[in-house]
Amino acid sequence: MSDRKLTHLQRLEAEAIHIFREVAANFERPVMLYSVGKDSSVLMHLAMKAFYPAKPPFPFLHVDTTWKFREMITFRDEMAKKLGFDLLVHINPDGVEQGIGPFSHGSNVHTHVMKTLGLRQALDMYKFDAAFGGARRDEEKSRAKERIFSFRNDQHGWDPKNQRPEMWKIYNTKVAPGESIRVFPISNWTELDIWQYILLEDIPIVPLYFAAKRPVVERDGMLIMVDDDRMKLREGEEIAEKLIRFRTLGCYPLTGAIESDATTLPDIVREMLVAKTSERQGRAIDKDEAGSMEKKKREGYF
Amino acid sequence: MTAQGQLKIKQDEINEVANPEVAAFLREQENKSMLRFLTCGSVDDGKSTLIGRLLYDTKLIFEDQLAALEKDSRKHGTTGEDFDFALLVDGLEAEREQGITIDVAYRFFATSKRKFIVADTPGHEQYTRNMATGASTADVAIVLIDARQGILRQTRRHSFIASLLGIKHIVLAINKIDLVNYSQEVFERITGEYLSFAKDLGFASIKPIPISARFGDNVIEPSENTAWYQGPSLLQHLETVEIDTDIRDLPFRFPVQYVNRPNLDFRGFAGTIASGRVTVGQTLAVANSGKTSKVKRLVTANGDLTYAVEGESITIVLEDEVDISRGNLLVPTNARPHVADQFAAHVVWFDEQALMPGRSYLLRTETDQTTATITDLQHKIDVNSFAHEPAKSLELNEVGFCNIATQAPIAFDTYKENRVTGAFILIDRMTNATVAAGMIENPLRRASNVHWQALDVNKTARAAQKHQKPAVLWFTGLSGSGKSTVANIVEKRLHLLGMHTYILDGDNVRHGLNRDLGFTDEDRVENIRRVAEVAKLMADAGLIVLVSFISPFRAERQTARELMPKGEFIEVFVDTPIEDCAARDPKGLYAKAMRGELKNFTGIDSPYEKPEKPEIHLKTIGRDPADLAKEVEDYIL
Ligand SMILES: Nc1nc2c(ncn2[C@@H]2O[C@H](COP(=O)(O)OP(=O)(O)O)[C@@H](O)[C@H]2O)c(=O)[nH]1
Repeated sequence: MSDRKLTHLQRLEAEAIHIFREVAANFERPVMLYSVGKDSSVLMHLAMKAFYPAKPPFPFLHVDTTWKFREMITFRDEMAKKLGFDLLVHINPDGVEQGIGPFSHGSNVHTHVMKTLGLRQALDMYKFDAAFGGARRDEEKSRAKERIFSFRNDQHGWDPKNQRPEMWKIYNTKVAPGESIRVFPISNWTELDIWQYILLEDIPIVPLYFAAKRPVVERDGMLIMVDDDRMKLREGEEIAEKLIRFRTLGCYPLTGAIESDATTLPDIVREMLVAKTSERQGRAIDKDEAGSMEKKKREGYF
Repeated sequence: MTAQGQLKIKQDEINEVANPEVAAFLREQENKSMLRFLTCGSVDDGKSTLIGRLLYDTKLIFEDQLAALEKDSRKHGTTGEDFDFALLVDGLEAEREQGITIDVAYRFFATSKRKFIVADTPGHEQYTRNMATGASTADVAIVLIDARQGILRQTRRHSFIASLLGIKHIVLAINKIDLVNYSQEVFERITGEYLSFAKDLGFASIKPIPISARFGDNVIEPSENTAWYQGPSLLQHLETVEIDTDIRDLPFRFPVQYVNRPNLDFRGFAGTIASGRVTVGQTLAVANSGKTSKVKRLVTANGDLTYAVEGESITIVLEDEVDISRGNLLVPTNARPHVADQFAAHVVWFDEQALMPGRSYLLRTETDQTTATITDLQHKIDVNSFAHEPAKSLELNEVGFCNIATQAPIAFDTYKENRVTGAFILIDRMTNATVAAGMIENPLRRASNVHWQALDVNKTARAAQKHQKPAVLWFTGLSGSGKSTVANIVEKRLHLLGMHTYILDGDNVRHGLNRDLGFTDEDRVENIRRVAEVAKLMADAGLIVLVSFISPFRAERQTARELMPKGEFIEVFVDTPIEDCAARDPKGLYAKAMRGELKNFTGIDSPYEKPEKPEIHLKTIGRDPADLAKEVEDYIL
């Protein structure tokens, strides 16, 4: 009998597990940034595998912008209970005090204050020296050039022109006090890889990824789900019940739904196989201008 | 996932009738392998266009990305009304503006046979390091050539770097074939030239293909425009090229990454199999210590395995309690790697600050780490002509061949044998920058052969006879700061107290032991290295040694510190502002340096790096030298 040959997903999985262990072995205070989306679900699953039979030796941090879909929060708390990981939740208190929100302040200000600044606060407060994130290189052009171990200065800034060369699987994990590293174990996965893996491994994900009748409003070319009464209708808008789902999840006012009848994982994979638009299309945040993601990342956005 | 059965079971659950596409798709995945390749070429050879085309034609570009591309093409494009595919892949703002590819970008696409990870790397000589980065993980390199230009310097450079980094398979993509009228003659001439210069580069296969990245000829499908070409299209070739199955046949290598010990009943060694295979029951040795034990379990979250192969991330549990930590290499007992503290290696230099022989760097293999110095830079290699040239140091993007000594022995194979266990990086100990990548060529001698003569009369005995604790007082500071004045007073007072002392300073060392050294950065590093070694011997003899050297670089002072046992090295920073030193100018040196008659003078045209945490910090301004000396004396008594 000849030995098994690894499939591309098995190689991707092995690479991610290797990266998790590398961080655990080298850093004093790692943390996993848990955004509750599908990539985070995969990341969490990989983290559980990497340290099996032990639990991941680090906490999970959710930077809550207070504008996430309600179902995401429910799911988050259930997962924490079920898997028994240590969940930290941080909300930027300054933003709350100033009443920052996407409707009143626009997507840029909201994301900067609640997400970028919130994240910086949390990282500083707990003095984390390494933070896992679920970003993938296929998501966006500037990500395509980012390292797996991506260095951040003591202001959490990323300097795209001065990245450490990343050779083989030998990662330079050295940081000075105050500096940190963002680590992206699923850098080399594509959206299709993610879905396929979720399907094969039976990974729980937020139900919002599956099609259901939900109340939506069409706004600026996107289908926005009315998740709570903070969303006020503009003139001419009306709420319609549509069969929709989400390809990516974030703050509900900034995340566009797609019309879909994919109610199961195989349905979603089938839809992916014929998809004509990229998942980021549903995100208001990238659209401002080309290079907007790069700018945000330099400021410390994930 | 690791257990093979899983995929199959899942697949059966997917209803063939309800979801035939998905069922078929999943079946396909079962045999889908992964190929990592690198594209290299000079600016404008069409690299980005080619990758953009591969993504586009394998349908990985979505509508919204196309719309953005259309907009971008009008703004920055070079192709008139057509899509400029290059804009799909040029990511960073600076690159879009300058129209060049600066950094390594990773791209993905898949066909039914393979998933591809593309490292898109820049072609300029000043980006050699980026190319090396992309090449380090690639199985195949596509070397692009503009058919109108033929083989250029950079073609040779890219091929050399690919070979240096151990890539075995080359695709020679002769691009813009449309611009030479799809000429077979041009294609054959370039191919011939390439094969003749690349024959010594050790590639296992070289596949020339005529293509037009812009119009798609021979990229996905064979083109009618080149009817004379009988071979596969680029994509067909990439889908089928046999990449090293040999890595499975290599001896088992398992760099221990992490010791997993959740409770007293479980102790597992986690890591990724670098090569070969391992089975339950097999006897393994710890390369460094030689200790052996049998494999009890191969643990994964999907259940235990009976065997595991190259590429799998697993956790090994052994039968016996063997002392194993991160950085150890588990190997079969009958195929052991080298274990040595000296070896010869090729090094690609990555940092703005040049390599300095004698300076100590952190050396990292996949999981092991120790300090290392380049003991001998044998030559550097011109990446364009492959010529060997004598060198005293390596600048950014230069490639050299050198001897390296590590503080502790490491376990390794040669890079030619194994790309995982033969590779290392060097890290600057002050800035933490990754300054070099290294490929081990051969061990220099077995570390186990050198052992220290165990002396009965030892340091403790010598020190006891003198009734003192040996110490190295390391005075550092600018020229004219007062180092020697203070050191001299300290020595006199210690001598009066009956202590055994010795002063090492520029006068007694530079004129004799170090008279072959000048004041370049390299020589300064070597100067301090020798002084530190002498100080160490003297401390070993039981003496209190006073070293009075400018010693401007933190890194060398750190090295000196690490030579001595903890607490024995006492750094004394003689802190006098440069204006005051220059005003005093006891030897008239500042005046000379400022007139430009003296080169590399510390504080003028050569840097002084202040100590960050000296044991003793003497701010000299407004204080009496005797007073300062007393402070030092009090510290050590
Ligand atoms: N006619 C023709 N033009 C090409 C071909 N490949 C690339 N180009 C053009 O050559 C120029 C440089 O291509 P680009 O992909 O940016 O090169 P890079 O610097 O290697 O990434 C662009 O104007 C392309 O449109 C080709 O096969 N035929």
